[in-house]
Amino acid sequence: MRARFLVLGSPGGGTNPRVAGAWMVLLLLLLSAACVTVLGSSAALTRGGWESVWAYRGVLLRGWMLTILLSVLALVLSLLIGLLAALLRGSRVIPLRMGAILYVELIRGTPLLAQILFLYYAVAGTIGLQDRLAAGVLILSLFAGAYLGEIIRAGIASVPATQIDSARAVGFTPWQTHRFVILPQALRVILPPLAGQFASLIKDSSLLSVIGIGEFTLAAQQVNSATYRTLESYLPLAVGYLALTLPVSLLARHLERRLHPGD
Amino acid sequence: MRLEIRHLAKAFPPGRRRVIDDLSLDITFGHVLALLGPSGGGKSTLLRLIAGLDLPDEGEILIDGRRMPADEPSLRAHRTGLGVVFQAFNLFPHRTAIGNIELPLREVHGWDAARARARAMEMLDRLGLSGHAGKFPDQLSGGQRQRVAIARALAPGPGLLLFDEPTSSLDPEMTAEVLSLIDGLRDSSTPMILVTHEMGFARKVADSVVFLAGGKVLESGPATTFFAEPSTPEAGAFLSKVLAY
Repeated sequence: MRARFLVLGSPGGGTNPRVAGAWMVLLLLLLSAACVTVLGSSAALTRGGWESVWAYRGVLLRGWMLTILLSVLALVLSLLIGLLAALLRGSRVIPLRMGAILYVELIRGTPLLAQILFLYYAVAGTIGLQDRLAAGVLILSLFAGAYLGEIIRAGIASVPATQIDSARAVGFTPWQTHRFVILPQALRVILPPLAGQFASLIKDSSLLSVIGIGEFTLAAQQVNSATYRTLESYLPLAVGYLALTLPVSLLARHLERRLHPGD
Repeated sequence: MRLEIRHLAKAFPPGRRRVIDDLSLDITFGHVLALLGPSGGGKSTLLRLIAGLDLPDEGEILIDGRRMPADEPSLRAHRTGLGVVFQAFNLFPHRTAIGNIELPLREVHGWDAARARARAMEMLDRLGLSGHAGKFPDQLSGGQRQRVAIARALAPGPGLLLFDEPTSSLDPEMTAEVLSLIDGLRDSSTPMILVTHEMGFARKVADSVVFLAGGKVLESGPATTFFAEPSTPEAGAFLSKVLAY
């Protein structure tokens, strides 16, 4: 049912990838045509808009690069936090397990914007963390780590108990069981949503503009206030994010198809 | 091979019903010992305890006079010295048939890559699977998967082979394929302990039988005697039921 109405939303189930691809190209063409129309009329009204923004292209580019840097750093750190949270949630030591559950629930139960404001203004200053960028990466990692923890936990839980029996029966140590049996199989389950989570991370990093980190969104805002050109400032912003998230989403879908061809 | 068990107890789930309940046994068997009995009688649980996959709540197991250890490192050494084949899903799905056999040889038994590969190929050859070496488990039939699992269990040259209902998830044709393979293993000198529902097969391959019900041993001894004239009414009723058709 869903696959037939939401061509882009179907995880390959029943929809021919070529048909889906053709639809995507068609929709992108329509979208571009709409943009050109809007741009055309806007350009007619405000002559020279693009030139004034073009002068600030360095600001936008630096912001865009910073967004990539922030996202990659946060991805690495949030993977470590997520792995730790997933392992602690399976711990037999009750305080550790409860701590992990509390962390995940606190993060998932509050908006990222509230976390940024609270952690930056109320916590980071108190613990002497002055570096905006470091604080930003840390907050973003804490946020994404809670979601990644759940993804990793689900991946590990998806490995059947019989596999662990077999691993122990051939004489593997617990470490070898994790390395050769549990993690490789969990990875198949984890990778597609992990890629999706990375795309979210890229978009979520835009909220760090509220604490004055000069990433892409803040850069666009600065260009806008310097040039008074809204469309010419914010259209590159949207396109710049899409240029990052589209390949990542496509990668996620590709992994999904490759790792779960039967689904 | 001599299997001695003294006052063994195991509850499952932990703290709940005793699946093995004050079980004692002393049996010496030649090649193949079959653990028989009704479902839920404790056969598979006993096999897991012998395999060192679980620890008993009480009691002890001695294999050829050696007491089974209770600490994890020694238990791991115990497991390394034997081969286990479960009902299904033995193989690691992300490794090929030959990869499944090589991996424990290299990582557990410390063989170098060339020796492990040669041995794995030899095992696949012996079990008629050489054409399937590069296939992943999901490209093999259920019977082929179990045969690869048997090849993996045999490859390091274990001192004892344990089978936990190795055919219960297979259709009749594949069951025959796996059973004839196990039958063929009798020629090797490796002793086997076998949990099975295939009574005709047990009758054919086993030289000794242990009959379990309600977590206890009701009867044990030579297979011929057990199948010809079971001494307990429970075993008699069980046999007449399962051999009726």
